[in-house]
Amino acid sequence: MNKRIDIHHVTRVEGHGNIVVEVKDGKMTECRFDVVEAPRFFEAMLRGRPYLEASHITSRICGICATGHATTSLRASEAALDVELSEQTKLLRKLVFHGEILDSHILHAYMLVAPDFLGVGSVIPLATSHRDVVLRALRMKKLSGDLCAAISGRHTHPIAMTVGGFTHFPTAAELTALRQRLIDSRADVDATVELFASLSWPKFERDTEYISLYKPDEYAFIDGEIKSSDGATIPADRYTEVTNEYLVQHSSAKLTRHKRGSYMVGALARFNNNYEQLHPRAKAAAQKLGMQPKITNPYYNTAAQVVEIVHCTEDAIRLIDELLSRGVKPEEPAPARPKKDARGVGVCEVPRGLLIHCYEIQEDGSLSGADCIIPTNQNVANLEADMRSLVPQILDKPVEAMQLDLEMLVRAYDPCISCSVHVLKLD
Amino acid sequence: MSQNNKPRVAFFDFTCCEGCQLTVVDSLQTHPELLDVIDIVQFREAMSEKSDDYQVAFIEGSCSRPADEERLKHIRERAAIVVALGTCAHLGGVNSLKSLHPLDEVREYVYGDKAEWYDTYDVRPISEVIPVDFAIPGCPIDRDEFVACVKALLLGTKPPIPDYPLCVECKLRENVCLFTRDKVCLGPITRAGCKAICPTYGQSCEGCRGYISNPNDTSMRAVLDKHGMSPEEIASIYTMFTARQARHLQEEKV
Repeated sequence: MNKRIDIHHVTRVEGHGNIVVEVKDGKMTECRFDVVEAPRFFEAMLRGRPYLEASHITSRICGICATGHATTSLRASEAALDVELSEQTKLLRKLVFHGEILDSHILHAYMLVAPDFLGVGSVIPLATSHRDVVLRALRMKKLSGDLCAAISGRHTHPIAMTVGGFTHFPTAAELTALRQRLIDSRADVDATVELFASLSWPKFERDTEYISLYKPDEYAFIDGEIKSSDGATIPADRYTEVTNEYLVQHSSAKLTRHKRGSYMVGALARFNNNYEQLHPRAKAAAQKLGMQPKITNPYYNTAAQVVEIVHCTEDAIRLIDELLSRGVKPEEPAPARPKKDARGVGVCEVPRGLLIHCYEIQEDGSLSGADCIIPTNQNVANLEADMRSLVPQILDKPVEAMQLDLEMLVRAYDPCISCSVHVLKLD
Repeated sequence: MSQNNKPRVAFFDFTCCEGCQLTVVDSLQTHPELLDVIDIVQFREAMSEKSDDYQVAFIEGSCSRPADEERLKHIRERAAIVVALGTCAHLGGVNSLKSLHPLDEVREYVYGDKAEWYDTYDVRPISEVIPVDFAIPGCPIDRDEFVACVKALLLGTKPPIPDYPLCVECKLRENVCLFTRDKVCLGPITRAGCKAICPTYGQSCEGCRGYISNPNDTSMRAVLDKHGMSPEEIASIYTMFTARQARHLQEEKV
C-alpha cells in the first residue's frame, strides 16, 4: 500500500504551511509539517530603533495577536527600564488582552475549525445553512473587537498602548455599555459551549509536556513563571532553559524542546496547567465539554479555547466593574529609566500560547538586541510528533479522509505561521 | 464574472502579518452586503474552496524572495485588476526596515550559520514586480476605506484614496495638535484616509500610509528639528513604514 499526501499551503490557518506524508508498502516513510512562510527578520530590524517604537513594530508580526505582541513587547521594555505600572494600567492591559483572546478564539473556533465538523469548506456556505451560528459568531467577534477598540483604538495593531501606560482612556459610559453587552453575550457564550459540546472530536491521544505561564492567584495571561506539566517552574528571565531552540532545513520557523522531544503550548496547555484558576462558569463549561485535566487529545485545543471564551467574558466583566468603581482617570505613562546595557524579558500567554520578547536597551534608549519566541514555533515539533503518531492509526482510511484528519489536527493547533518565521537570534 | 454576474474576487498574501485580510473579514461583519455583490473565490486564510478563475486580485504583503515573483506574475496573468492591499504590498512597509542593515548581516543575526537555508532579498513593493492598478494604503488598511474602494471598483470608478495630508482629517476631528503637546508627528506629509486614528488615540502619526505625492520634506524636517529631534530620531521616524520612500526622497534631492 502506497499513499502520498502533499497539502500545499494548508487553508484556514494563518500563514503558509505544507503537510507532507509518504507511505510505502504500508509503512510511513515521511511525515512533516513544513513552514514555508517567507522569513521576516524582525529581531534584526529592531536593532537601533528607539524602545518606544518596539511595540508598534512588533505588533506587525501578527495581525491576529497584535495586542499580545504589543503587550509582551511593552513588558520586555518595562522590565529592562524599571518601569512600575499603575494599578489602572494593569487593569486596562488585562481587559484589552481579554478582548484579543476572545476575538482570536471566536475566529478560530467558529470560522476556521467549525466548517470541518459541519462538512463545508469555509464559513461562507454556513451563512446560508447555519445562519444563526454565523450571526452569533459575528456578533461575538464584533463585541470583542469593540472592547479592544475602546481601550487601544483598534484590535489589529493597537494604538494607545505605550511603555508605562496608555495614551488614551475609555470613558465610564463606554465601559458601562461594554459591560452590558458582555452580560448580554452570556447567552451567545452558552450557545457556543452547547455547540462545541455537541461535536464529536476525533479520537486520538498522545501525552506530551504542556508548558504555560503560571500565577497562583489568577489564570495567567500577562506575566508569571513558566510552568511545565512535567513538574518544573522556571522564572521568565531564564526562558532559554525551556525553549532550547534549534533549526531544521524544511522549516523557516525555529523549533524548541524542553524535557521531552517536544512540548505543547496554547489553550490546552493552559487548561491542563491552570485549571484551578479558571472562573467557576468556565469550569462548568469544561464539564459540559467533557473536559477534566489533563487532556491529552490535541484536537481538544479548540474546546479549551471555548472554555477560555467563558473565562475571559466573565473576567472582563469583573475587570470593568473594578475599573468603574475606581474611576478611570487619564494619567501620564509611568517613567522609564534607560541605563547602560539594560536587559528585560516580557512573557504573555497570547491566544496560541507562550510568547516571549527579550530586549537589550542602551542608555540612549535604542535597542541593541532582540529575541522573540513565538508560540507556533514551540508547537511545530509537537505537531509533527502528533502527526507521526496519528498516521499509522489512520492508514486504512482513504487518502482524502487521512488528509482531513491531518488538516484538522494542524488547525486544532491554531498555528500562526507568519508569526513563526520572525525567528530568533542565535546566541 | 460568475454565472450570477458577480465579479470573482481573490485574496493573496505574501510577506506580511495578514492583518489587512483580517480587516477585510472584519469589514464583512459590518458590511455583510458586500457578499451579495461579489463572489470571493479564493481566500486561503478563511476558506478551503479555491478557484483560479478571478477578475480582481487583492494582494497583501511584500515581495521578499525570488519565488514570490513567480507567484505574483501568475496572479497578474489571471486578474484584470490587481489591488495592493495595505502598506507591505503598496510600499514595502515595516518589512523594509530590513533594508537599513546589510542583508547578509541581517540573515546571520537571525539564522546564524544556517543563513544560506533561507531565501530572502531586499524587500520590494509588489508594483516593482508586476503592474498594479490600485493601492489601498495603511498598516492596517482602514475598514471603511476598503469598503469604499470595493464599491468604486464595482461602479468602474477610481478608488477614492485622498492625496492630502493627515492634518486635514485631524483638524476635522478637532484633535489638539500633538506638536502643541510636546509630541512630534508625521501628519503634515502623510496621506490621509485613516481619519487620523493614531493622533485621535494620543499617538503620533508614524506615516504608515506613506507620504502624499508632493510632501514638503524640507519643512517637515525643519519642524522636527525645531521640536528637538536629533538627526537620528528624524531618520527613525521617517523610516518605520516608509524606509524605501524615505530613500527615494533623499535620492531626489541629490
